[in-house]
Amino acid sequence: MATRILIVGGGLAGTIIANGLCRQVGDEISKGNISITMLGTSETHMYQPGLLYVPFGKIREKELFRPQRKVLDKKIIFHVDPAKNIDVDSQKVTTESGKVYEYDYLVIATGSRIMPQNIPGMVEGAHWLYDLDGARKMRDALEAFEGGKIVVNVNAPHKCPVAPVEITFMLHDYLSKKGLMDKTEITYTYPIGRVHALEPVAEWAKPAMDQHGIKYETFFNTKEVDPKAKTISSEEGVTLNYDFLVTIPPHNGAEIITNSGLGDGGWVPTNKTKLLREGSENVFVCGDTTNIPISKAGSTAHFEADTIIDNLTSLITEKRWARDYDGKVFCFVETGMNSGTYVWFDYNTPPNPGAPSQMIHWFKLAYNRLYWLSARGLL
Amino acid sequence: MSERKTIDARGSFCPGPLMELIAALKLVQIGDEIEILSTDKGTVNDVPEWVAKVGHEMGEITEKGDHWSVVVKKAK
Repeated sequence: MATRILIVGGGLAGTIIANGLCRQVGDEISKGNISITMLGTSETHMYQPGLLYVPFGKIREKELFRPQRKVLDKKIIFHVDPAKNIDVDSQKVTTESGKVYEYDYLVIATGSRIMPQNIPGMVEGAHWLYDLDGARKMRDALEAFEGGKIVVNVNAPHKCPVAPVEITFMLHDYLSKKGLMDKTEITYTYPIGRVHALEPVAEWAKPAMDQHGIKYETFFNTKEVDPKAKTISSEEGVTLNYDFLVTIPPHNGAEIITNSGLGDGGWVPTNKTKLLREGSENVFVCGDTTNIPISKAGSTAHFEADTIIDNLTSLITEKRWARDYDGKVFCFVETGMNSGTYVWFDYNTPPNPGAPSQMIHWFKLAYNRLYWLSARGLL
Repeated sequence: MSERKTIDARGSFCPGPLMELIAALKLVQIGDEIEILSTDKGTVNDVPEWVAKVGHEMGEITEKGDHWSVVVKKAK
């Protein structure tokens, strides 16, 4: 009987794992000794980091999407039938259509979702670019913006940790080019006592904000937004006026995780090196879904996925573990419309970003297309 | 009955111990405690500073060899 690998989630993490496994054990799949089934929520795969460019008209929306069936290796059995319940005791996943899938190995890659509704007034009062609809609305509102007070508000937890500073500097460049910065004040809020979680990024971003005349309010954890009065208030007792509010909304994991009793907030307790669900020997967790205290980012999902591919391959074919995940994360950081830098770190190596350059910005633009090679397991 | 949850943020450069604490406090009840484990010595200053601003309660701060344990009680 074939070894059944079931992947719940068709985002970047699940897709890299599925395609990567096909490269490792494709012959065994063809012989019928291994099967890979993916349960997704959509026929379409979206390149999420590309949303950053939508409000500024810097990417064609078509570039963000590919048909998921074309991204996946043909050996993968793909169903658009969202999982409704995961039962790790009986090793079964039930879908919304009522089908039941049994597995020998399970990969949970259900990702994270924005929760602006968790903050009173946020849905009515704020713009965001973390989904296509929000990014389009922000683009249209920015086109109509004629100057005033902009607040860029950051909430915890959120994915893509460098996005807040990218959005802020890109906004500054965008409005400068439109000749609106002399009529505009940008204030950036951040939950902890510096302008970014990564200390070296904060050390670079703070003087850059000073240089650009961008104000910042640290220790700002959002309590509520008053869309009528156009104010945003923090748990720490600070209230800011705004004409244009951009938020990085707080995130939760997928609803199926909490509904299946697998983790508070939708985050699955996960061993930080084995990437196994705590208490399970055959349930891997990848990407935003884990509760591992590292960045929720595409690169995290990518490096974790590579580890899981190697370990699943070794476990099935050789009954041994291949290697541990070392906590590696790599993020490009757009520092304006025409410059960028990058930062990487792992569990033992602190981050040390280099000076921004136009070359790195161009490489980031190139990666916006190379992404599809990552998803296919080639890069 | 109040509960204590431990967040092992040792080796976490991003988002880091304080961001993990802030996120974790959103998921527990008033009266519950979060213990955060951190290899970043800055945590022993960052956490009390934020807790004082926002109005939660500080618990024990303990040095445990190569890391620190910092306990916070959710008060609001």
